[in-house]
Order: sequence, then structure tokens, then C-alpha cells
Amino acid sequence: MNAANANTHANTRAKEDGGAPGTASAGRLEQALRLALDEDALERCMRCGFCQSACPTFRVTGLEAASPRGRIALMKAAYDGFMAADSDFVGQMELCLGCRACEPACPAGVPYGRLIEQAREAIAKGRKQPLRARLAGKILMEGVIARHGVLRGAGRVLRLYQRSGLRAAAHRLGVLRALPPHVREMEASLPEASGRGVIREWLRRGLPARWETDDQGRRLLVVPAEGERAARVGMFRGCVMDVLFLSTNVNTIRLLRAAGFEVVIPEGQKCCGALHAHAGRSAFARRLAADNAAVFRAAGVDWVVSNAGGCGAHLKEYDHVLHGTPSADDGAWLSSRVKDVSELLAESGRPLRLANGAPLVATCQDSCHLRNVMRVKRQPRELMQRVPGLVLREMRDADLCCGSAGIYNVLQPEMSAALLDRKMEQVKATGADVVVTANPGCLLQMRWGIRRAGLEGRVKAVHLVDLLAERLE
Amino acid sequence: MLEEPVRRRLMDILGPQGFRDDEQTRVSYSYDATPAYRTKPAGVVFPEATWQVSEIMKVCSEYRIPVVTRGAGSNLCAGTVPGEGELVMVMTRMNRLLEIDCENLTATVQPGLNTKAFHEEVERAGLFYPPDPSSMVICTLGGNIALGSGGLRGLKYGTTKDYVLGLEAVLPNGDVIRTGGKLVKDVAGYDLTRLLVGSGGTLAIITEATLRLVPKPPFRLSMVAVYGDLYGAARSVSSIIAARIIPCTLEFMDQATIRVVEDFARVGLPADAKAILAIEQDGEEEQVRRDLNLISYICRNEGALEVRVAERPEEGEKIMAARRSALAALSRLRPTTILEDATVPRSKIADMVLAIQRIARKYDVQICTFGHAGDGNLHPTALTDARDAEEMQRVERAFEEIFEEAIRLGGTITGEHGVGQVKAPYLEWKAGAAGVELMKRIKQAFDPLGLLNPGKMFAETRKRVVVRR
Repeated sequence: MNAANANTHANTRAKEDGGAPGTASAGRLEQALRLALDEDALERCMRCGFCQSACPTFRVTGLEAASPRGRIALMKAAYDGFMAADSDFVGQMELCLGCRACEPACPAGVPYGRLIEQAREAIAKGRKQPLRARLAGKILMEGVIARHGVLRGAGRVLRLYQRSGLRAAAHRLGVLRALPPHVREMEASLPEASGRGVIREWLRRGLPARWETDDQGRRLLVVPAEGERAARVGMFRGCVMDVLFLSTNVNTIRLLRAAGFEVVIPEGQKCCGALHAHAGRSAFARRLAADNAAVFRAAGVDWVVSNAGGCGAHLKEYDHVLHGTPSADDGAWLSSRVKDVSELLAESGRPLRLANGAPLVATCQDSCHLRNVMRVKRQPRELMQRVPGLVLREMRDADLCCGSAGIYNVLQPEMSAALLDRKMEQVKATGADVVVTANPGCLLQMRWGIRRAGLEGRVKAVHLVDLLAERLE
Repeated sequence: MLEEPVRRRLMDILGPQGFRDDEQTRVSYSYDATPAYRTKPAGVVFPEATWQVSEIMKVCSEYRIPVVTRGAGSNLCAGTVPGEGELVMVMTRMNRLLEIDCENLTATVQPGLNTKAFHEEVERAGLFYPPDPSSMVICTLGGNIALGSGGLRGLKYGTTKDYVLGLEAVLPNGDVIRTGGKLVKDVAGYDLTRLLVGSGGTLAIITEATLRLVPKPPFRLSMVAVYGDLYGAARSVSSIIAARIIPCTLEFMDQATIRVVEDFARVGLPADAKAILAIEQDGEEEQVRRDLNLISYICRNEGALEVRVAERPEEGEKIMAARRSALAALSRLRPTTILEDATVPRSKIADMVLAIQRIARKYDVQICTFGHAGDGNLHPTALTDARDAEEMQRVERAFEEIFEEAIRLGGTITGEHGVGQVKAPYLEWKAGAAGVELMKRIKQAFDPLGLLNPGKMFAETRKRVVVRR
């Protein structure tokens, strides 16, 4: 620290110990951190601690290191040589859910999400990993998740497994016992998969649609609005949504049409790249972002609509993801145009006509990235309250992460389950029949939680879109 | 690192979850909310009961290991930054609300209880605990007591020191004392309760507190008054009090702060305003409305350009939110934000604000001032960069001159943040040589081995700045 020179005073503000940047002893990870971390962002944290009451892992552990302020202090310490980036350091960075609830709580506007991504990127680069593990990670992240075609193929396999009696046989024979218990529990609460994808499904159902092509000759499926057209919107179909929640994607189009939107689904769209960016694969994430931004911009849409908070939030940050690349312009365009489906339905479309139904008590579990990054929390609740006969009963800590967080529940089962069990207590306390969420990861986690808490048959988890579509007149 | 026998004995007392000395733990308890202070402790303990605190102190006495007690680590005086080889004692696992006594209007709490959580519990019982430090979402009652925290409602309701009725505390040798009780009147001996409030963890470790509660006011409403000159705002403050009205909050922002807040929050504050007062009153609705009407009249009379009274309580929330966003807005401008709390008698507010502006110009540093005008507690806030040693020195010198000026006006070096390490070199300016000497003898009586929070409260005194005008 150069400020340490001021130590000639009896009193000085610069009472920082240690800190020997760039010392020869700095290891691989420290060097990677020095390259990856944004020093100004680190410096911006004034350590007020306001983030802590919003942080799920701090609330469970009560440990400073497991809080945003603590993690930033660890990053800064590793960055400036105050500590070695050991396995505890890595573990702490991995324990973060990336829910980003700390960001709205931060008075100083520290871009925590960016810092944790940078730290993870450095860890991914600086860590020596066996070739096999590296290859497996690459194939999964870049070969499967990022490719809609391959992913839908996986969906077909999963569907076959679920439907053919293989799943029943596997359960009977107990072969699943080879899996860790939390994965077994999750497997049991998976919804039925599909390999069809929203475009084929829409056409298969014989619903109104036509093909257009953009100036590059790429195909766009265009679903006309019902009645007068309010706007032309591009639909981001998502990976998990398209395989595990295909009917939610179909319902999204139905709702948008009913509200007066023309819906465009560009065939050439890809995975948003959020999982890759969170896992420290930023170069690959940038490629996906560039492709998506170009495809949607060429589709000539007014808005890009997402029905998954996690994807929407990442699309919203394309300006940052693509900053300084040849696609920067497209990235900024997409960032300014992306909206959650609840924003469009609540604010700019024609009000939906919803039918009467049985009385229903519902509670809302915020999707973290929808709330903390897209800053959408009011609109889903407004839409819920428009459902005739529905009583919205807020749970405590609805804004606290449920522990799903992408693939966190698979990687950090203990913390994830601790958060989930707390969440289910709050759900139970509301006496709700339905938990409403707006993101596939949260939805899967809620289903797992309902099963864990023994609430099956009493409480249902549904996507906001499906709740509304069920009552659409 | 601590010697092996010490580690073993601490683990015996606390269990494996209650003692940690791995690198990440030591780094994560090396700081508090004070910019630019950081030293790794030798270890960290997390006691869950008074007997554990007592046993820990016996071990530390035997091996002469200094101990820094902390709650959330949200203080701004480096009061909980450890020194080399010291042990940090984190009190947040002792966080139970033990009792709300509706007959005696008291609450008994453990020190690690979060202040806001406590407010909510108390208000659910129809009662009210007024001290509301800005950090209340994370800070702890033990920390509030140790540093004598203030808050926005100090003018009408006083501060933490006015609400502590009794304490349980562990002395450095492990003895446990109890002071005061659920008593309004108690003159049995020296008032040790008051002595421990604000002692900054240098005399004893607070393990339980009995706090005074008051009935919850049924209604509250806010207003804002905008001024074209500083003195108009300052005169309004004096006139409001002279009219026998005590608002619960009476907040001030200077022009530099107004501009930054408006840039950030876009709440419609006029950028050319020289000062703004944000005022809140609580009580019976009729009385509150009458008070705010009279205050509006006074403000206009004293030259306010614009006066806006909230029509509904929710609207008032917005006004106060603008004031509360001041620090947030300021902290976005430069990497390092240094928030001080020079305090003067409220009749000297305008003089102090003008002095701060003059001093900021003199040292060429950016200082914005906002604060609790009603009780003369100002927050001159320097926007700087801790990495720039030269600029940090100028900031340092500017603050020294601000402290000097505050004392000259009959004020103090710290109104609500505490002395800690940051203000220790200036304590003598306020307390005098004989005063500090007496304080040192008190410290000696409590803590003859000097184990509790060394390096805080007392330090080599800085030479006084010669103020040339």
C-alpha cells in the first residue's frame, strides 16, 4: 500500500498492514486474480456492511467471510498480497449463490456480481485441474448447455427415461442409490421433459404463425397479435425453459398475443450465457451474447421478452458483457430492450381478461436475478392480484434466495438445503396453496422443497405465466 | 499465531465452532467500517454465553492476550480493528431478546442482538426504543452501547446512553459484574452503567443489557424546507426550538450534498438551494399536524424559499429517504468516503458549516456536509481515494482543523461515532490533559494488564493546529 508511507504521523488513516503486491511468492491464483479483478470496484466497497442482512449465506452462517463485505475483503486481500488465495478462499467464493441481493442493499453501488464473476474466472484459470475434469466441464458447458439442438436431444433422452418405464425400473432396482441423496431427491421432483422446443410445439398445435427471414436470411417464427397490435416483441426461449417447461413457453406466447403483442421467435437464438459467465467462462459467454444480440436486433423487435429471471438479468447485462468488443453496440441495444414478461403484461399490453375460478391463496417467491438485477418485484405481484379470487399473502423474506441459484443446489447441497428448508417454513406460515415464481431454477427448487417438506398435494409451485394462462378467457 | 496451549484451552471452552484462526477468518475480522484500517488478529472467538466470555478472559489474562470485542463491525472510528497478536471476540451469537417487560417498560437483551430486529420486536409490543443509528440494519445493541451511538432521533429522544438502565459485564480478570437494573432511580454508588456506555470495549465486555422503553408514538409526518442561504436554515433550527417545539428529527444538507443527492435520487431538490432542512415529528396526529404547521410558518419567516409538508406518512418516507440517500449518493463519487461527526451546540451550526466549507477550500479537498441539525451533530464527509497518500494527508489535516474549530465553538471531536483509534490522538483536545489522565487511571483500575482493546481511546496526542484566519 502506498498509503502506508503516511505512517510517519502518530495518527493516520492508512493503518493497513501488509500488502505487498506483485511479490515473487504470489502463486498462480493470486496472479490470475490480479489480472481479473477490477481494482476500482474493490476500492469502492466502504465496508459499511449494509449488504450483510441481505446475504443468504451470511444469514445462515453468521460468519463475516461468508458475506459480501467479507468476500470483497478476501478478494482485496488476495489481490494486494494481504493473504494467500488458499483453498478456503476458493471455497468461500464458491459458497456465494450469486443471488446479488447485496447489490440493491449497497449504498455505494459496488458491482458485486461482476467482482464475484471475475474472482471465479481467475479461479477457473488459476486452478490446476485434471484434464479429464476440464474436458468434462467444457463439453457440458459449451457442447450441451449452450446448444439448443443438443439440449433438446438431451431432453428427448430424459423424456424417454421418464416415460419408458426406465425411471420406474431405476427406482425399483435402486440404481439411483449410486447418486448423492440431494441429486436423488431432485431427480424425483423433475417435471416431464420434452425435446420438441417451443417452435415445433407451437406449429404442432396448429396455432397461427408465419415464417419471416431477417436480412441475413435467418428464419423467424412470427405469431400474430390478437386484435390490434401493441408492439412487436422477440421471445427469448431459454434452455431449461424449452426442455423442462415447454408448456410455460407456449403459455407465454398465448398471454403475449392476448395482450396485443406480435411475438417473434428467432430460430438462431442461443443460450443467454449466464451459466458460463457465472462459472468463469467469460470468452464463451461473450460469443453467445454477441450472437443473441445480433439475431434479436435483426428481427426488428421493439422489446425482447424473457420469462426466466436468470436469463433476463444476464441479457440485461449484455452492455457490460460485450463492452469493448465489436458487438458493443448490439449489446447496449439488447440491454435497453430486454423486459421480463411480467413487466410487459403489467405495464404496456392490453389488460388480460381472466376468468373466475376457485378461491386461491398464493405467495410469491422472488426470483433473485429478476428482483436484484432486473429490479422487477412489483409487476408479478400486480398480475397475481388481478386473478379473480386470488389472495396474495406475502411470506417473510420473499426476497431471500431459495438456494437454487443455477446449478448451485447440485454443487453446494448443504447450504442450498439449509436455505430451502428455511424458505419452506416461511411458505408454510402463509398457508398458501400456491407458490408463484418467475424463473425455472426457482421453480424446480420449490418443487424439491415441497417434496422435502412433505407438502406434496397441499402446496403447488407454478410459474406466474402458467398461473395466468390457466385463467385466460 | 496463538500458542498451542492457548488454542487448546479456547477450543475447550468454546468447542470447535467457537474458535477459528484460519487465514480467511483472520482476514475477515481484520477491519470494521473505518476506511483504510486493517490488521489481522491472531484468532477469533464466538462466545455463546457469559460464562464462556468469563473463561476466555481468564485464559487471556493468564497468557496476556489482548482482546477486541465486536458486534457487526459497523463503527467508523476503527474501534474494533484488532492489533497484531490480538484476539477478536465476536458477540453476534449472543443475540437473544431475553425479555420485554411491559410493567416496568424495559427490555433485557444480549449484546449481539441486531438493533433493527430489536426495534421491530419492541414495536410489535406497542412500545418504542428510540435510538436509531443509521447502521441499524446491521449493527448490534452491544456495539451501540459500547460506542454510545446516536441516530436521527437524538434531538427529541436522546441517544443510547439515555436508555441503558443496567448491564452485566465481564471484567478483564473474568469477574462478572451487574450494574443498575429495572430502576428509574438508583444512586447506590458510582454510576458504573453510565461509565461503561461509550467506553468502547476498553473497560469491560458487556454481556447483557437492560434497556428503557417508551410508549410508541401513534403518528408521524415529515416536511422539507429549502433555503437560499445557510443562516436562514440555521436560524430556523434555533427558532423552532425557541418556539418550544421539539421535532423528532431535524436533518440538514448543505449545497454540495443537495447537488449530489439530486443527481443520484432525482427527488426534485433545487440544485441552487444553499441548504435544506428535513423535519419529522411524531406523536398524536392532531399535535403533529399543529407542530408542522407552526414549523412551516417559522421556516417561511426565516426566509425558506419553499416549504413542503407531506400529506400522508408515506410521502414523508420519501422525504426522509432523500436525506438517508445522502451518504449513498456521496459514496458513489470517489473510491473512499470518510464520514466524520464533529458536533457543536445547535446555535453554532451555521458557523460550523461555513468553517467546514472554508477549511475544505483551504486544503483543496471535497467535503460535503449533512447531519442532525437539531442536535448540532454534523457529518462533514470527505470524498477521496485512500490510494492517494498525498491527498489523504490533506484530508487528515482538514479534519484536524475541523475538530479544532468544533472545540473552539464549544463542541466536540465526536458526537456519535466514538473515539476508537481514529479520534484517540485528539481526545486531549476535548477532555484536557487532566481529564485524559483521570480516564487513564479509570482504565488502569478496570484493566490493570491493559488487555481490553489496546490502542483505542488513548494515543499520543496530536499537536494542535494553529488556526490562521
